[in-house]
Amino acid sequence: MSDNSLRLVWIYPDLLSTYGDQGNALVVERRARQRGLDVQRVDVRSDQQIPTSGDIYLIGGGEDRPQRLASERLIRDGGLSRAVSNGAIVFSVCAGYQILGHEFINDLGERQQGLGLLDVVSTRGEGERCVGDVLADIDPQLGLPPLTGFENHQGVTHLGKTARPFAKVRFGKGNGVGDGYEGAYNDTVFGTYMHGPVMARNPHIADLLIKLALDVNALPPADDRWYEALRQERIAAATQPA
Amino acid sequence: MAGNTEPLSPRAKLAVTAGKAAAAVSRAAGRGSGSVIGGRVALKLDPDLLARLAGHLDVVLVSATNGKTTTTRLIAEALRASGPVVSNALGANMPAGITSALAGGSDAKYGVIEVDEKYLAGVARDVTPKAIALLNLSRDQLDRAAETRMLAEKWREGLAGSKALIIANADDPLIVWAASSSANVVWVAAGQEWKDDAWSCPSCGGVMQRPGEDWFCAECGFRRPTPSWALSGDHVLDPHGSAWPIKLQLPGRANKANATTSAAVAAAFGVPPQVALERMFSVQAVAGRYDVVTFMERELRLLLAKNPAGWLETFSLIDPPPTPVIMSVNARGADGTDTSWLWDVDYTRLAGHPIFVLGDRKLDLAVRLEVAGLDFQVCESLDEAVQLAPPGRIEVIANYTAFQDLRRRVGN
Repeated sequence: MSDNSLRLVWIYPDLLSTYGDQGNALVVERRARQRGLDVQRVDVRSDQQIPTSGDIYLIGGGEDRPQRLASERLIRDGGLSRAVSNGAIVFSVCAGYQILGHEFINDLGERQQGLGLLDVVSTRGEGERCVGDVLADIDPQLGLPPLTGFENHQGVTHLGKTARPFAKVRFGKGNGVGDGYEGAYNDTVFGTYMHGPVMARNPHIADLLIKLALDVNALPPADDRWYEALRQERIAAATQPA
Repeated sequence: MAGNTEPLSPRAKLAVTAGKAAAAVSRAAGRGSGSVIGGRVALKLDPDLLARLAGHLDVVLVSATNGKTTTTRLIAEALRASGPVVSNALGANMPAGITSALAGGSDAKYGVIEVDEKYLAGVARDVTPKAIALLNLSRDQLDRAAETRMLAEKWREGLAGSKALIIANADDPLIVWAASSSANVVWVAAGQEWKDDAWSCPSCGGVMQRPGEDWFCAECGFRRPTPSWALSGDHVLDPHGSAWPIKLQLPGRANKANATTSAAVAAAFGVPPQVALERMFSVQAVAGRYDVVTFMERELRLLLAKNPAGWLETFSLIDPPPTPVIMSVNARGADGTDTSWLWDVDYTRLAGHPIFVLGDRKLDLAVRLEVAGLDFQVCESLDEAVQLAPPGRIEVIANYTAFQDLRRRVGN
């Protein structure tokens, strides 16, 4: 992080941008600019090298085959792991979340190695696919209001010792293990099953990433009127399913 | 390619009659046109009815993510130059709706049939079509539909043994992947503005290279085939290199592309491009889409956009600023209940337009527009939006059920 600029890297939109994942990049970018930051956004295609000097990295969701290809290319590239060891912030969604763990089940039904940046292991759920609105309470340590999102996944993610659950589900499925937890995080790496995209409904997550990148405790206020209206509507929808 | 005239079996006749009776009951009960329920009853009495009804016809199937209803209409108009046509013109595009439409056309020579993407392989097996037009494939209702590449794969497997002439868009890699298992393909350079579902090679997973209009995979050599038909500006280029002017009442580049594909289909049945294109001019609105209506003493043009590719094509055809734009978005079952696609649409293209937002999911759209840095007003109803809109014809863009709501409100 250099003085007044924020370097935002969106990883592999050619493979992992299926559920409006660009939205998370747009929200982080917008809210950082509203706080007077100079944002450089770099979209890295899977045949390009991942820069190691980013402040915040975003990885989205995708279908099973692109997920396998993305994991192979990320491991071969090595840039994201180097960035994390330099203290970069990573926020990942769905297929991207699974890739950041130790392993997941790929489109060929095989166990495939992930990046191991989060202490989680993903398997394929036996039951029905998890689809629908979610409401969850984010780990109080992070000081964020409730999480509202939309999930659509077959995967089930088990947390290891060094991964903390990101949220506890009130409505919806989340990680799908049965313990009611949703997502995982450690000091700088976050994963969630919420797309929608998640930051449109939870701009405080974008703010959290910016604060971590800037190493500050607070940001100037932003106009949250429409986000708040949407949050209220979606929280009500999750608690009173049609 | 003339249809034969072998009469229907008594069982098939009974099924058609029972289907028509069910449709009449459904209509009388005020439950829509009754075509789907009628088809369901008929198919239950005679599961092979679809194949039998089609046996009397030269059948053309049309499938795509976007543009299939319009293209079906254009092809039907063109082929009427050569004989009577039966078609599911109202967009009932699953087997029951198709059966019902065919049952209503015992005197027809041609059957021009729109098919839902998920049912294409099955319907193509049942009706032994003479031709299949494939326009485009892109993300649509991902919370309930198949993944886009998987759909292309299913088409590829389903069409591999088909004897039909495939008329396919050379500019959409997923369409080319789906069609290239067939022996008999006519490639049409119809264009495709939306590219974000085909950055990854459908064959090997390599990253697709896209210099200019061309595309290829540098890893496996899968590449754009040489088209024999092309859309070039306002003209159709035929395989002999002749240019034929496109004159349509329907707006936009995407409809010129649909006309180009339709001309290629018509030519396969002996209808020359000039005749085909002249007949297409008569198509004004398709199931209410593109219709210009008067509401509260204002002119409104009703535009349907169901997915990111559709919104992109729609933005390219609306009148320039300061034309007011009303957008309505729902997320009911038929729309897909996930609104994440809003973030795949580049709304900054609307800069300069006065914007009004409504529908069940107006707040999702409001956040999307706020993040895009646009000014907009959120309205409770179409009436309110129309009242607030500055003078001039209003472009109204809506997704599926929102579009139906709007049509009901304006009495269209």
